[in-house]
Amino acid sequence: MDWQYLAELFLGGLTRGSIYALIAIGYTMVYGIIELINFAHGEIYMLGAFTGLIVASVLGILGFPPAQILILAALAAIIYCAGYGYTMEKIAYKPLRGAGRLSPLISAIGMSLFLQNYIILAQTSDFLPFPSLIPEFAFLDPVAHIFGSSNFVIVLTSSVSMAALTVFIKYTKMGKAMRATAQNRKMAMLLGVNADKIISITFLLGSSLAALGGVLIASHVGMVNFAVGFLAGIKAFTAAVLGGIGSIPGAMLGGLFLGLSESFATGYISSDYEDVFAFTLLVVFLIFRPSGIMGKAKVEKV
Amino acid sequence: MHALKKSLLISLWFMFLTFPIMVIRVNTIEHTVIWRWNNLILIGIGSFVLSLIWPWALRRREASRAKDSTAQAQVHILDRLAANKNILRTVIVALLALFLAIPLLGTTYQTNILISFLLYVILGLGLNIIVGVAGLLFLGHAAFYAIGAYSYALLSQYFGLGFWLALPLGGLIAALAGLALAFPVLRLRGDYLAIVTLGFGEIVRLVLENWSSLTGGPSGVSNIPRPGLMGMQLDVAQANIYVYYIVLVMAMITIVAVARVKDSRIGRALQALREDEIACQAMGIDRVGVKLMAFSLGTAWAGFAGVIFAAKTTFINPASFTFFESAIILSIVVLGGMGSNLGVILGAAFLVLLPEYMRAFSEYRMILFATAMVLMMVFRPQGLIPARGRIYHVDDPDAHSSNGGQA
Repeated sequence: MDWQYLAELFLGGLTRGSIYALIAIGYTMVYGIIELINFAHGEIYMLGAFTGLIVASVLGILGFPPAQILILAALAAIIYCAGYGYTMEKIAYKPLRGAGRLSPLISAIGMSLFLQNYIILAQTSDFLPFPSLIPEFAFLDPVAHIFGSSNFVIVLTSSVSMAALTVFIKYTKMGKAMRATAQNRKMAMLLGVNADKIISITFLLGSSLAALGGVLIASHVGMVNFAVGFLAGIKAFTAAVLGGIGSIPGAMLGGLFLGLSESFATGYISSDYEDVFAFTLLVVFLIFRPSGIMGKAKVEKV
Repeated sequence: MHALKKSLLISLWFMFLTFPIMVIRVNTIEHTVIWRWNNLILIGIGSFVLSLIWPWALRRREASRAKDSTAQAQVHILDRLAANKNILRTVIVALLALFLAIPLLGTTYQTNILISFLLYVILGLGLNIIVGVAGLLFLGHAAFYAIGAYSYALLSQYFGLGFWLALPLGGLIAALAGLALAFPVLRLRGDYLAIVTLGFGEIVRLVLENWSSLTGGPSGVSNIPRPGLMGMQLDVAQANIYVYYIVLVMAMITIVAVARVKDSRIGRALQALREDEIACQAMGIDRVGVKLMAFSLGTAWAGFAGVIFAAKTTFINPASFTFFESAIILSIVVLGGMGSNLGVILGAAFLVLLPEYMRAFSEYRMILFATAMVLMMVFRPQGLIPARGRIYHVDDPDAHSSNGGQA
């Protein structure tokens, strides 16, 4: 048993998993409230990475220090992606409320293709290098070969934002209204919850987290292109399903589970089939335990 | 006045939203920035106009819905045309003559475009059985297209099988693969089914890409033989025309077969499944059997199309069978009208022929598809030509009442 290799895989999986969890939260929140798989969520993450890259490059040319650039770029990405998420919901999903389940899903696929091609046309279809903005921390030096500072920042930022989200959902009035809407939208509306507003806020929150994930992973990996959102989106969706779709702690757990198992599978089995592994896990889970780790089985009433 | 103010705000919002992506373009190597301010003006004007039209279009949609529910089902103009056998026959004969004559009159380029159009007709009609008729959202159609293409490529590479043997085999293998996918997903429906089929499609593509010893990996299989015509050696242009006729015949078979399936007992069971799964089971329809049937019937056509595609291009690689391909086939079905065969053919014509003949817009092809998909779902979810059930006429009122129980 090679312990160092094991630790390396574990920490790599942790980094990956926290990003999946950040994106998966957006899926799970939207699904919880309007029962829609927001296919375009992965594209929001990609837009976050692109906005971050553009802002970071402009600031870099203006001569800002890297740490400030990182924070400003992440903020810009969050603000813009929240805007994109909000607008997307108003255009493509809101007019379709109450129109069955197939129409919004196809509309979401259309939105996802739209955003990909928007980037191709307005920016480029090539891979762009992303500047490495995360500073090296001296206290991580002894373990830097297995757990670099970018891994540290990713795990830390995502844990903090997930904790903040949990507090928001659990202890604020808005969070309570969100939970009520997820449980029963009509009843919540009767009790004076503005469901449209709650849905908008859900999209804002989910998109901001995805944007944060986009900037973090792009500066960790060092590359972005228009297609990164598709794979990341599907994997994050897998994470959401693993944890039980609709459940926020489930999405976090599912993200970590997927990240770790993917990391171990590529480390010990084969790296060629890295993506096949995630898809297989998704298929197997949907077939045998569609309610996921934390979800409750749904009983259908006729 | 109020509407104008609102539109102004919306256009400002869009100008803000699209600012970093549309206006700024950074050159990451030379570290220079290009500012494209004219894009900002375009976005502003465009979103201003669109935001004025948008609420009006939504109101119109509501109005037409209200009208639909009150007015009795009116006879559609197409129905009236189709009811007249003479007109119908003339149109079909004219179209057929046109399609038969095109390779003799047109260039190789024209023939190539029409081959791909007819391939998409076959693919779209196959998917239409699953998505349109049975209502199972299926996002992995390209995988079965790939399975068909690779069956022919690999069978001819390893066993020297000819095209005519590979064509039915490719369809069969794709149908079996469809069954293999259908078994585990029987319990899933709606969006979960969509995701699993998408995952399956990606798995197939990734396996084709990584199993290099068998499939040649990302570089694919080349030198796939073209179909032979009774031992004659054809040059490239002739072979192309030959493939065109094969695909034309295949498309006609598909159109007839799919139309027959739709009106058959199976087809009606599939439509019942689409409308309500539980009620359909309560009516004594074998849900499992019907679902398996839908999958294998749909994917078989993708297999046939795949074999023809491989024979036409003589070179295939996994990059031809991405999720994009599945999305295009899906949008053909959605734009044309789910469940409507004529709609699917028209959808294929729109999505394949229009971009080919309007080269100037080829860059914008995908973004226009995507926009059309969203707008179609918002304003006309039933598609260009909505599916309509077959109308059965009973001439003798007595026969009707006595046979009522069996009808």
